[in-house]
Amino acid sequence: MVGIASFGGYIPRLRLSRKAIVEANGWFNAGLRAYAKAERAICSWDEDSVTMAVEAARDALADGPREDFRALYLATTSAPFEDRQNAGIVAQALRLGADLNTMDVGASQRAGTTGLVAALDAVAARGGPVLYVAAEKRRAAAASQAELLYGDGAAALVLDRADGVARFLGSRSASVDFVDHYKGKGREFDYNWEERWIRDEGYLKIVSPVIAGALAEAGLKPADIAHFCLPCTLPRVAQAIAKQAGLAETSVRPNLDGLCGDTGAAHPLVMLVHALQEAKPGERILVASFGNGCDALIFEATDALPAMQRARRGIAGALKRRKEETNYAKYLAFNDLLKMERGLRSEVDKQTPLTTLYRKKDMLLSLIGGKCERCGTVQFPKSNICVNPNCRAMHSQVDQPFSEFNGTVMSFTADLLTYCPDPPAHYGMVQFAEGGRMMVDFTEVDAGQVEVGMPMRMVFRIKEVDPARGFTRYFWKAAPAGAAKEV
Amino acid sequence: MAKGIRDKVAILGMGCSKFGERWDREADDLIVEAYEEAIADAGIDTSRIEAAWFSTAIEEQHVGKSGVPLATALRLPYIPVTRVENYCASGSEAFRGATYAVASGACDIALALGVEKLKDTGYGGLPQSGRGALNSMYWANLSAPGSFAQLAAAYRAKHGVSREDLKKAMAHISVKSHDNGSRNPKAHLQNKITEETVLKAPLVAEPLGLYDCCGVSDGSACAIVTTPEIARSLGKQDLITVKALQLAVSNGQEAQHNSWDGSYFATARAAAKRAYQEAGIDKPREQISLVEAHDCFSITELVTLEDLYISPEGGAVKDVLDGFYDADGKVPCQIDGGLKCFGHPIGASGLRMIYEIYLQMQGRAGARQRRQEPVRGLVHNLGGMPHQNVCSIAIIGKHGS
Repeated sequence: MVGIASFGGYIPRLRLSRKAIVEANGWFNAGLRAYAKAERAICSWDEDSVTMAVEAARDALADGPREDFRALYLATTSAPFEDRQNAGIVAQALRLGADLNTMDVGASQRAGTTGLVAALDAVAARGGPVLYVAAEKRRAAAASQAELLYGDGAAALVLDRADGVARFLGSRSASVDFVDHYKGKGREFDYNWEERWIRDEGYLKIVSPVIAGALAEAGLKPADIAHFCLPCTLPRVAQAIAKQAGLAETSVRPNLDGLCGDTGAAHPLVMLVHALQEAKPGERILVASFGNGCDALIFEATDALPAMQRARRGIAGALKRRKEETNYAKYLAFNDLLKMERGLRSEVDKQTPLTTLYRKKDMLLSLIGGKCERCGTVQFPKSNICVNPNCRAMHSQVDQPFSEFNGTVMSFTADLLTYCPDPPAHYGMVQFAEGGRMMVDFTEVDAGQVEVGMPMRMVFRIKEVDPARGFTRYFWKAAPAGAAKEV
Repeated sequence: MAKGIRDKVAILGMGCSKFGERWDREADDLIVEAYEEAIADAGIDTSRIEAAWFSTAIEEQHVGKSGVPLATALRLPYIPVTRVENYCASGSEAFRGATYAVASGACDIALALGVEKLKDTGYGGLPQSGRGALNSMYWANLSAPGSFAQLAAAYRAKHGVSREDLKKAMAHISVKSHDNGSRNPKAHLQNKITEETVLKAPLVAEPLGLYDCCGVSDGSACAIVTTPEIARSLGKQDLITVKALQLAVSNGQEAQHNSWDGSYFATARAAAKRAYQEAGIDKPREQISLVEAHDCFSITELVTLEDLYISPEGGAVKDVLDGFYDADGKVPCQIDGGLKCFGHPIGASGLRMIYEIYLQMQGRAGARQRRQEPVRGLVHNLGGMPHQNVCSIAIIGKHGS
């Protein structure tokens, strides 16, 4: 038996008002005005699919063990690296054990579910646990419909050979080279075909046979499905498919349009996690996806689910953790969709020496410092000689992860001089209850809202992007703990 | 145990270029400008100089590495020239090198010269540069004002000072330095300002506004040092000698160990204690006639005056507002305008501070001369950031005082 042992979710805190987008672009494309209500989730300048994957995974992993994972799969079509395993960055940030199989899954909006089917098969065949993460931050051209409908987000599942909180009952897939949109090599944006054709020849012909197959595989009748998750931004299509497949109309789950937006390859999992946060024990959840074919998977909530619902932020908690952004130009700037004067200070060379990065990967990506075995002093970075003036033992430090420590602000500033894509740059000294401190960048803080003594938690973020070489450099930052842990 | 160098080394001559935006001058022009004044003041020929120490901190912006740029600019006759860099305390390091060389007997006459040509970056403020491969990958996105601004947050938290009261004391510091700078023809900034101007200025790094930050300048300063005996043999009277030279350098404790609260400079306290001991000073508030503190930011000056044990801990706000450190106060601080207005060409700054004390001791400071005759002056030259820095303290005074 295979099931979901844990789940987690992450939606970036910033929500761009769709009204702001339409106010900027409605003059050009009057059709956009139909979408002028509600909002979509956007990454801050220091977030991408990898950082969101890490946050969703941290939610799913919670305080549980991290060493015995067999595999980590990352599904995304918006990976920051084309050739450097993105799942490997996530694994390093999460401190998953060395004996780990990692894989990136991509190239289709169906990647989230296709990878999940493969991961469930792998668990059935070889055992778990397997960490499965899907994350998406799709680029959209200014004044496109996609810009309004897309959203950024991530979801994570821990899969294992046990019922867990939701037992896997079966799945069915179909591969169809139906090209509703594509992104060619080296292209920045999607190229889309007509929606009416996508609806009639795509969704309405491809999805329901696959659902029927999955139900047959699980030995269920359509009426047995309580929650039907199908990402689709075309109006009333999910309802029409439910009708075709015989599913109850009430089983159609909200697609979170206007809340976070369509998170692409991650969206089936985002909707699944959202469903898991509301499902009752015994209820069946059908999650389907559309993209060059269709996947459909069925899970059944177990009696262990309610306790997990209380313990996870998930998508529901992440949706509540929200800050409205009404400045469309800021969104364009964060996503490098606008040629901006960034000033001479931004021109400092940002080359990353790969030798240094590799040598210090535990420190930089895993936020591992040192703990002196002689005196117990916790310190960052780990060093040869203990920092405690009353100890100074040599070569006495063992690895000490800092990522889950509880920090408080000791000193801080909001800096308008230094180059920062989102000024003012907030940073300061954060001191940890467990010991140690670091002078570190802050993120997710609002000007005027930082105070000495404010509780902080560490989050994995983009430190800098090297525009000359296309390299994204990651490190950890401090974020207000209250905002992130709110459920 | 070593007794230190008190009264073992005399200042034979000093020079200082005009500080400011010297658009029409190259670094070697500034070097020569400072040197001409010093060599004339010393009354010797270049051939008498046996060794030199050359300080620049951001050499990649102008002269590049090594002692060659100084030797070439002054055509020094194949003598030892050592380039030193220790953050913004580099100028004091050059002075320490030359002074120690004389004190040790290794040479009779030595030169310390600092220069910085900062106005070739294309923007205001210090050049934004790399911090070293690994540091750049994990250090916070620090600027100088942002690093020092944090003193204010921690100081306020520790001493229960409101933002308004602290901003007012910081404003007083800047207004005072501009007053002093207005009487200094070599100062970068010679305009007087009001408290209102300071408080209404745009923020640079919370809570520091534009007028809480010192100028970034081009400039050079230098000192020629020798033994008191040689100075006398060269006809010098009323010698100005070095009473103490101390340096304290952070070892990561402030940055990594939870024993430091962020409201003071651990290095300054260590260096001050040693300097007072070396100079035989036990009541600095009474025995120091004037202070040149490293006022890169107003908050740095405020906190430092406590770290130098002149104001009691938590008492600097009151002393500053009482005018204790004004030009006509008990212990004038930055009587020449300080980094704030004289300017801050990094490699030259420590030497510029010594230059001012030297002039004041000789009654040669013109319109800004301290009315009551000074006996001992303290130079505090700091580099880096509050959580990891280099702090130099020099005490200069009348020979035998």
